[in-house]
Amino acid sequence: MSKRSSWALPYLVFLIIFVVLPLLLILMYALQDAEGQFTLANVMNFFSDKDSLCTFAVSIEVAIENTVLCILLGYPVAWILANKELNRSAVTIVLFILPMWINALMRTLATAELFSMLGFTLGKGTLLFGMVYDYIPFMIYPIYNTLCKMDRSYDDAARDLGANGWQVFWKVTLPLSKPGIASGALMVFMPTVSTFAISEFLTNNKIKLFGTIIQENINSSLWNYGAALSLVMLVIIGITTLMSNRSKASGEAAVI
Amino acid sequence: MSKENSIISIEHLTKTYGGKVVLNDINLEIKKGEFVTLLGPSGCGKTTLLRIIGGFRTPDDGVVRMDGKDLSGKAPNERPLNTVFQRYALFPHLDVYENIAFGLKLKHIPTAEIDRRVRKMLKMVSMTDYEDRDVDSLSGGQQQRVAIARSLVNYPEVLLLDEPLAALDLKMRKDMQLELKELHKNLGITFIYVTHDQEEALTLSDTIVVLNEGRIQQIGTPADIYNEPVNSFVADFIGESNILCGTMIEDCKVSFLGHEFECVDKGFGNNVPVDVVIRPEDIYIMKQTDHAQFTGTVKSCIFKGVHYEMFVDTDGGNEIMVQDYNAFEVGSTVGMIIKPFDIQIMKKERVCNSFEGVIDSPESVEILGASFPCKAHGLENGTSVKVEIDFKDVERQDNQEDGILAGEVHFILYKGDHYHITVRTDGPADFFVDTNDVWDKGDLVGITLNPENIRVIPVRRDE
Repeated sequence: MSKRSSWALPYLVFLIIFVVLPLLLILMYALQDAEGQFTLANVMNFFSDKDSLCTFAVSIEVAIENTVLCILLGYPVAWILANKELNRSAVTIVLFILPMWINALMRTLATAELFSMLGFTLGKGTLLFGMVYDYIPFMIYPIYNTLCKMDRSYDDAARDLGANGWQVFWKVTLPLSKPGIASGALMVFMPTVSTFAISEFLTNNKIKLFGTIIQENINSSLWNYGAALSLVMLVIIGITTLMSNRSKASGEAAVI
Repeated sequence: MSKENSIISIEHLTKTYGGKVVLNDINLEIKKGEFVTLLGPSGCGKTTLLRIIGGFRTPDDGVVRMDGKDLSGKAPNERPLNTVFQRYALFPHLDVYENIAFGLKLKHIPTAEIDRRVRKMLKMVSMTDYEDRDVDSLSGGQQQRVAIARSLVNYPEVLLLDEPLAALDLKMRKDMQLELKELHKNLGITFIYVTHDQEEALTLSDTIVVLNEGRIQQIGTPADIYNEPVNSFVADFIGESNILCGTMIEDCKVSFLGHEFECVDKGFGNNVPVDVVIRPEDIYIMKQTDHAQFTGTVKSCIFKGVHYEMFVDTDGGNEIMVQDYNAFEVGSTVGMIIKPFDIQIMKKERVCNSFEGVIDSPESVEILGASFPCKAHGLENGTSVKVEIDFKDVERQDNQEDGILAGEVHFILYKGDHYHITVRTDGPADFFVDTNDVWDKGDLVGITLNPENIRVIPVRRDE
């Protein structure tokens, strides 16, 4: 081992203790029964348990809805922030990141309090509100970055060739900002699937998400089943990341 | 004002960016079918002018007319002209075919017609078989061709080209120059071309418009501009030249390099200081000194491919550049002759620094916002005066803080035996300095003046 690479040693140890080991533990627990015998029953249980599958479907649905809402609301914001004529100061950008400095749990609790004070019934609507509120900065930022880096001359070229403002947007700006939308979607979609705090506080556990049932299982000491569910989620996250990486590599970033 | 065959006419165009005048009262007529080049160093306003014609910038003042119609307030997509951008700006999400078809699709032209025109364009720029290629996979030259095709497919009457060859390597650039010239000849439309490369401008253009600091310096054919530059900026910018201080003794007789020469210029008056421009290839150099007009010693000799470039110290104490097919030994004495019609004479733009000033104390005067001590002048405070300082009397301090006025070296012109330097100050006027010291462009310097050398001339208000 050369001198330089030995500097990486502490990080390697860190990675092993906090990333590799937990992952192995998840795998181990997922493939064991309560007595410590090897079994695939935990994973099979998930696929035969109607409740779990249902929760899983709801989670995916909520995640998709949240992602779409974040794109629809976040894109115009990012566009305005990136437009030098509309946004002349860096302060506005800071204002959009500012909420991220406060713990998400605190914000969610505060939102829940606000809703109950205003007399809203907690449910799907409040859940989506909370999710969008929590995750929209993760959508705005990558889109804002792509738009900022985009060469202004594409805009000029399109106008020169006869495009009006809307045509420039639909035919040039939007297609060219797809990579930003894709990474924003990834950053919103994946944590939404596994979230449980937002649904707990903003729906009073009326709507259960995948993260919720993992948490419930672990809390009630059903470690093996909880680990199996975590494994399923890890696989999903892995697949989504791979998919988005591949589409980025081919230059055509898919929206989801 | 618009002439019959003029397609674009520009009147009194002015543009300011953050207090800096980028274009200063530009007037220009461009004829139908002409290849016009806007030439100048970076920051001279040429690109801004092109962008105003294209509709990407709005002028502060003045109008651009096309076929007599005012284009003010028209967006780029409403103007019947197309632009080839400096870095091509090909859409990376579309292939070559889609890029070229972009403009036609927006105009809802039938697919069959689009297809016919795109293929015709691809053939014209020798890019057939490339229609399905990703634009990122093309070389610089190929991207340039696609960009040109994408503009021309819309059949514009005027094509604007913003330094289109700047990103290509030399060999490629030369090839593309010829192709552009050929394209222009075949299409017969007007090309407005922006470049900072004087050689490119001379090769391509029917008309060259030389710009500097937002003003048109000279408009003319390449031969006019090269052979008869109107001022020392044009002479220095276009090709190599010796710019020397001289005196017009009388019509057809001029003295410079310490000798008298016959010339063909008239009407400057008698004993008037002038600038003289001699192209290095117009100086005849030989070993014999008997019949020479003047002599000199060869200081350096470099082979430049076609010719040798030599620096010669003349008997009059100047250093001049001479180009010849033959090499002359360094250190040898040579004789030189300059023919009358090779001498280009220009009126001196200025003979001394001249500023508007205000008296601020019995022994000082304020110019360009700084107070300079001067000889007692007996004038009252607040009197408006004209202040003159000879070029050679301006003193430079290496540290800006040591000067009464701070400035930056902006332009350097070698005049055969000294440098004529423009020092840009924060104030509204420049200082001009004659010096033998070597200064570099961009140097930050301080300016001081010896009180003895300041001439204060009262301005009479009632006159």
